[in-house]
Amino acid sequence: MKRPKKVVTEASQSFTFTRRALLLGGIQGGVGALLAGRLAWLSIAENERYALLSESNRVNLTLIPPRRGWIVDRNGKPIAINRTDFRVDLIPDRIVDKDKVLGDLQALLQLPDEEMERIRDDLEEAQGFKPVQVAEDLDWEKFAAVSVRLNELPGVSPMRGYSRFYPDGAAVGHLVGYVGAASAKQYDETKDPLLITPGFKVGKDGLEKTMEPMLRGTPGAKRVEVTARGKLVKELTTRSDIPGNTLKLTIDAGLQAYAARRLGTNSGSVVVIDVATGGLLAFVSMPSYDPNSFSDGISRDEWKMLSDDDHIPLMNKAVLGLYPPGSTVKPMNALALLEAGVDPNDRVVCSGAMRVGSGVFHCHKRGGHGPLDMKHAVMQSCDIYFYEMVRRLGYDRVAPVARAMGLGQEFELPLPSQRYGTVPDSSWKLRKYKQKWTVADSLNASIGQGYVLVNPLQMAVMAARLACGRQLLPSFFHGHGKPAAALPYTAEHFALVRDAMYGVVNEGGTGGAARMQVSGVALAAKTGTAQVRRITMAERAGGVLSNAALPFRMRDHAHFICFAPADNPRYAAAVVLEHGGHTVRNLDTPLTGRDIMTYLFDRERAMRSLLEVEPTWGGDIATRMAAKAEAWKLAKATPGPLPTSTPTPADPGANAAAAID
Amino acid sequence: MKQGGIIPAPLAALPWGMLLLVLAIGGFGLVVLYSAAGGSLTPWAFGQGVRFLMFLGMAIVLSRVPESAWKAITFPIYGVLVLALIGVEAIGGISGGSQRWLDLGIIRLQPSEMMKPAIVLAVARFYGMLPAGQLRTIHAIWPAALLIGVPAGLVMLQPDLGTALMITFGGLTVTFLAGLPLRLYVGSALAAAAAAPIAFGLMHDYQRNRVLIFLNPESDPLGKGYHISQSKIAIGSGGLFGKGFLQGTQSRLDYLPERQTDFVFATMTEEWGLVGGLFLIFAFFLLIRWGMQVAHNARSKYARLTAAGLATTIFFYVGINLMMVMGLAPVVGIPLPLVSYGGSAVMTVMICIGILMSIDRESRRGRRLP
Repeated sequence: MKRPKKVVTEASQSFTFTRRALLLGGIQGGVGALLAGRLAWLSIAENERYALLSESNRVNLTLIPPRRGWIVDRNGKPIAINRTDFRVDLIPDRIVDKDKVLGDLQALLQLPDEEMERIRDDLEEAQGFKPVQVAEDLDWEKFAAVSVRLNELPGVSPMRGYSRFYPDGAAVGHLVGYVGAASAKQYDETKDPLLITPGFKVGKDGLEKTMEPMLRGTPGAKRVEVTARGKLVKELTTRSDIPGNTLKLTIDAGLQAYAARRLGTNSGSVVVIDVATGGLLAFVSMPSYDPNSFSDGISRDEWKMLSDDDHIPLMNKAVLGLYPPGSTVKPMNALALLEAGVDPNDRVVCSGAMRVGSGVFHCHKRGGHGPLDMKHAVMQSCDIYFYEMVRRLGYDRVAPVARAMGLGQEFELPLPSQRYGTVPDSSWKLRKYKQKWTVADSLNASIGQGYVLVNPLQMAVMAARLACGRQLLPSFFHGHGKPAAALPYTAEHFALVRDAMYGVVNEGGTGGAARMQVSGVALAAKTGTAQVRRITMAERAGGVLSNAALPFRMRDHAHFICFAPADNPRYAAAVVLEHGGHTVRNLDTPLTGRDIMTYLFDRERAMRSLLEVEPTWGGDIATRMAAKAEAWKLAKATPGPLPTSTPTPADPGANAAAAID
Repeated sequence: MKQGGIIPAPLAALPWGMLLLVLAIGGFGLVVLYSAAGGSLTPWAFGQGVRFLMFLGMAIVLSRVPESAWKAITFPIYGVLVLALIGVEAIGGISGGSQRWLDLGIIRLQPSEMMKPAIVLAVARFYGMLPAGQLRTIHAIWPAALLIGVPAGLVMLQPDLGTALMITFGGLTVTFLAGLPLRLYVGSALAAAAAAPIAFGLMHDYQRNRVLIFLNPESDPLGKGYHISQSKIAIGSGGLFGKGFLQGTQSRLDYLPERQTDFVFATMTEEWGLVGGLFLIFAFFLLIRWGMQVAHNARSKYARLTAAGLATTIFFYVGINLMMVMGLAPVVGIPLPLVSYGGSAVMTVMICIGILMSIDRESRRGRRLP
């Protein structure tokens, strides 16, 4: 202030008041203008944004998951369908008191501790609004018990929806795969809100995964007006979902289920092909998981049990299992020899062993078969005949025929993955190992050993191509286009090979046990065995094991390819039993193959045959799986060694060394 | 109008323009409360209407009280209210909770609310008595500081920050108008501005959070910033003409908190849009301008200071509330006078209007009789 001692009078005070009152009025007016401006800014300039926010407050858009398309077999019989179910989910972001809610839910739904553990685990990993499943397939009483207590249970979301149901359970496990909630990664990729809608499932494996776009359908939507507390005021509009398309397969569901059952306690695969079209009638890998229990979300115990099992129930062995085909390649070898100009009547004398260079190669028959022509060499599965013939020709003459028959080939099939193995020849070996092809390599390959590795599907395709002489392509779907082209080999040669395979079963060959008892239908087949030798550290330390007491993984693989009727083939099949070992007659390949083929011509007879022996295996698939799970839980509860603790072989049969048959 | 037995002359002397304005604001408020209840007179609109008319009648009665009487009762009323504030504090202390009112059986008296006009009267009375020559001495400052500080401090203890601020602002406004040196205000403002960062540094985490959320409410849309966010959504989504009567979704679906009390302006704007909002702002502007006009025309120093102080008290109500609902000020519990549901604010504002009318009447009579 300029004047430190200002004299204030009543008049000057009044003047000051007037000035300051004006200033105050001005400030008031200014604030008023500011408020008006702010109001205009909010309601005009930002109107669009806030209108949107208000609308998204008001309207809650709920997606209705589309009903998944059915999967049916060739006759329209359901393989995968949808069932209505009641479910309860938890929305992590809305939970207030986690322990209280979980406690209440456990009491209301009578959930086992194991399930609670899984729910807690899932909640740990869950993000935001992605629902965590509490329980599925609930009955109405339990569902209602949760629904009426919703106010006390924030975060709990009871839903009515559909769940996937596979009537044949484990029998179709590897074929169709299973469904499950989309992973966080999938959601991050697409940001499709459907993926995090409770109850929505995507295919996780098998056809469910590969045919996902066709099966999924289009979601419906429900717009509802909700209050801030989530209370529904009214439904605005509902657009119903468009279900996914029905997927019709060439599979015969009855045969599929039968084949799965007939495999019994084996770890094996069965592939059955329609010789006329290439359509796959059965595509089985056992043991399997039950896709029904997978679609509910699998428990940790169940997962551990399955992944520790040495029968590898989590692998689709029909296309992922690679095995030395063993003697099943002999009919194909015979065709290659014929095409190379070998006279089928030329004989080779089998003395039981043969010296090549510094090594001695044995026949599976120690004493030898004596002199054999081609047909009898196939029928008796004589190794020496093929050693000698292939030694003369070289395997490079056989390998192209093997490939033409489908071995080592990858087929265009809607499967998540395939392993297609190896058909070796000299250039392959040079490329891969930088080594020259040896005569010993030819000999090993000639009996389906050594470097030769194939999968069961390829073996079935080989059987089918031998049966029809055409370049048949396996398929899951009907109407696959033009018929397969003929293979560039002489029809007479095919006829000779088929006749030899007929002989295997019906004229005293190695597969006599497989003779069909259906009148007018004869089976043509070829058996095969691949000996597996693994020398583990444990085995070295503990001394050499005797063959009689070989552990499961040391046993031979047992193979079987066949077609029927032998004179006019309609169906071809391959049966592959991993470490089958020819130990139990009714579980061995000839009888298994015979029964499965019988099913196609005479179901009753096939069922009778199965029901006779099934009880000796511990009941049907579901019964055995339940018993196994029980035993697992028991073993887990009592401390001690687990029932099956051997690690999963990464590449079954990869170390196969020699074969006898 | 309510005074059935009064003869036409005093009736005609009433400031009818201003009364119509008050009726318009109050009437519009009742329409908003009717809509906020989902199109129902209960639980808010009817009760508020009755209270509004009752307190309007009271204001007209107060307008008959002469200035000399106001002067006479100013300090006694102030004293009683301070005692009541202490009483409230004591009762709260005994019962172990915070309490803001005294239950007198028939009515609940909220002394802090009454203190808003009373502080204006008391400070105005003090400067009215103070000779102009002493205005630049310390004796012009400390009694006023005491008059303001004691009730403001007591209300702070309740704790009720909004009311304490309004009492302080009301009192300071009067000291400013009385002519205290300008440097006091400028200096204090500068000191406050300088202290703010230091104070921020000394704050507890939760206090800091509140400040930060006020500065950026969207940072916590579901927590502390929820009120402001939802209020802005309600106002912004109204647009030019609003969503229409009874069509406000933010308020009716419970997204807007306190929709009938502190955030009633947002409820109104959602349904009536910018047009409705400007109408209310303009109406309050006219009301406050009338109050300032009364101060201009008043004849005594006490009347001038009282009138301007009371008009500014109404301004603080409106200004703080509107800044709060539009996200320009932190959330403090200040209702929008004459519109928000609740009795105390209506009573306070009606007391202000009544005293303003009384001063207006006195000065007009004085002009008529020179």
